[in-house]
Amino acid sequence: MTLLEQLASIHPDLHTREYWEFCAKRELRFQRCGGCGAFRFPPLTGCRECGATEVEWVAVAGRGRVFSYTIVHHPATPDVVEEVPYPVVAVEFDDAPGVRLISNVLDVSVDEIAVGMQLDLVWDEPKPGVVLPRFRKA
Amino acid sequence: MSLKDQCAIVGVGLTPYGKRGEFFEIPQSDQIRGALHKALDESGLELSDIDGFSSYSVDGNDPGMLAPSLGIPNVNFSNMVFGGGGGGTCAAVANAAAGIHAGLAEVVMVFKIITQPPHARFGAAYGSKQIAANPYSDFHRPFGLISPVQFMAMLFRRHMHRFGTKTEHLAEVAVSTRTHASRNPLALKRETLTIEEHQESRLIADPFRLFDCCQENDGGGVILVTSAERARDLEQKPVYIMAGAQGGSSQWGHGLTMQNQPDDLYASAGHKHLAERLYRMAGVGPDDVDVALFYDHFSGLVILQLEDYGFCKQGEGGPFVEDGGLLWQGGRLPVNTHGGNLSEVYLLGLTHIAEAVRQLRGESSSQVDDAEIALVTAGPSNLPTSSLLLRR
Repeated sequence: MTLLEQLASIHPDLHTREYWEFCAKRELRFQRCGGCGAFRFPPLTGCRECGATEVEWVAVAGRGRVFSYTIVHHPATPDVVEEVPYPVVAVEFDDAPGVRLISNVLDVSVDEIAVGMQLDLVWDEPKPGVVLPRFRKA
Repeated sequence: MSLKDQCAIVGVGLTPYGKRGEFFEIPQSDQIRGALHKALDESGLELSDIDGFSSYSVDGNDPGMLAPSLGIPNVNFSNMVFGGGGGGTCAAVANAAAGIHAGLAEVVMVFKIITQPPHARFGAAYGSKQIAANPYSDFHRPFGLISPVQFMAMLFRRHMHRFGTKTEHLAEVAVSTRTHASRNPLALKRETLTIEEHQESRLIADPFRLFDCCQENDGGGVILVTSAERARDLEQKPVYIMAGAQGGSSQWGHGLTMQNQPDDLYASAGHKHLAERLYRMAGVGPDDVDVALFYDHFSGLVILQLEDYGFCKQGEGGPFVEDGGLLWQGGRLPVNTHGGNLSEVYLLGLTHIAEAVRQLRGESSSQVDDAEIALVTAGPSNLPTSSLLLRR
C-alpha cells in the first residue's frame, strides 16, 4: 500500500484545475505573476504582492529542500491509523522562490527528516488519476 | 473617531464546562439562555435591554431563531465574524462595541456555544467527515496535513530551527498554565504537572506532545457589551474596551493551512499586524500590560504570541518563559491565570475574555496585584483573527 492512500483524492475547480492537469502530465508548475514576477502557490486569481491578474505557469526542475516539517504520530482520522508516524514537509525550491509545497518524503526514516534536507521530486499515483508531487531524499 | 474606551463589558455568563460531547443533547438555545441570564443577573440589565447579537466561528444560532426563543423583543444589530475556530472571539466583542458606538444598538450580547456530536471531533478537522474535502484542502489533505496541531507544529519547528527554541520551553508553558488551573475551582485539569511529565508524554505531531494540546469541550457563554456611559450605572465595575484589532496581514492569509507565509511571519503566530494596530488605538505598549490571556490551543503558540505582542524580540520567546516566566506571581508576565485552553477549558476563547474581566474586577483565583490593563487574544489561525486590550 502506498502512503496515505485513504486520503488520496483531489477536487479541482476553476482555480486549481490547471495545476492538477500539469501534475497529471508529471509537470510541477507554479503560477508566476505577469505583473511583478512573484511566484504564488496555491493557485489564486490575483497576486498577493501587487494584485495583478496576469499569470504564467513556470515549471520547476524538481530539486527542493525542507523548510519545516512535522512528524505525525497521533492519527487524526481512522484513515491514517496504519500510517503513523509519517512525515509532512513544507518544501522550498531555488527556481520558484516564495513557493512552499506541502508534501511527504518517501522511503525515509522519520528520524532522518531535518530542516534543510535536500529532496528530489518523484511523482506518485496512489490512486488512478490522482498524481501527487512527493519527494525522496536527494 | 476611535473606539477607545467608548464601550465596556458589563456582564459575563458561562455555561457549565462539559466534556466533549457531554452537552450535545441539550439544545444550544437553552445553553445560551442559561449563560445569558447569569450575565444579566450580574450586570443589572434586563432581557428587554438587549438589542443586538454578535458571534463568530459559524455559530448556527441565528438571530431569527434566537431572539424569539430567548424573548428578546427587537434586534437592531447582528454580526458574524468570518472564519472557523477561535479566531473571531475578540473581533465579535470589538464589532459589538463598534455597533454600539456608532449608534446602531444599545446592548449587544456576544455569544458562542460549541457542542460536539458523538464520534466526531473538532480537532480532526480535515480528517473528519464533517469537513468536506475541497479544492484548497487538496494542497494539504492528501499529504496527511489535516489537523490544527499538525499545521502549528510546523510553524513551531521552524522557530526551533531558527532560534534554538526547545521543547522544554513548551513544557514551561504547559506547567505554568496548569499551576494556574490548579488554583481555579472551575478548571477541569487541576492535578499537578511537571516538566518531566510533559517531556515524557506521547508525541501528537512532533514537536508537540499531549500536554501541548488544548482540551476539547462542550459549552459556551455570553458577554454583554454596552456604552461606557450606560456601564457606569450598572452593577459591575465596567471593563472598558481600550482597543480591538482584527484581520491580519495578507501575507499570512491562509498561511496556516497553506504554509506559505514569508519566513519571518512563518515562525510567528501571525498577530504582529494586529498588535501594532491594537497598541496604537489604545495608546499603550507591552510594558503597560499587567496580565495577558493568550489563546492557547497549543502551548507553542503562546511563545510565538509573546513575540508578536512585543513582550520580547522574535526568537526570544523561549528564554522568556523559562523558570516560571509566565506565572501569576514572580513571573516576567502573568499569562493565562485561569488555566487557559490547555488546562481550564476550551470554549473557543470566551474564557480568556472572562478571565480578563475577572482580573480587572479583582476577582481572579490567581489575582495579579492591581491589574489595570489586560491583553486578550483570539486563536492564531488563518486570517481573520483578533485581539483586545481591556482596562478597568
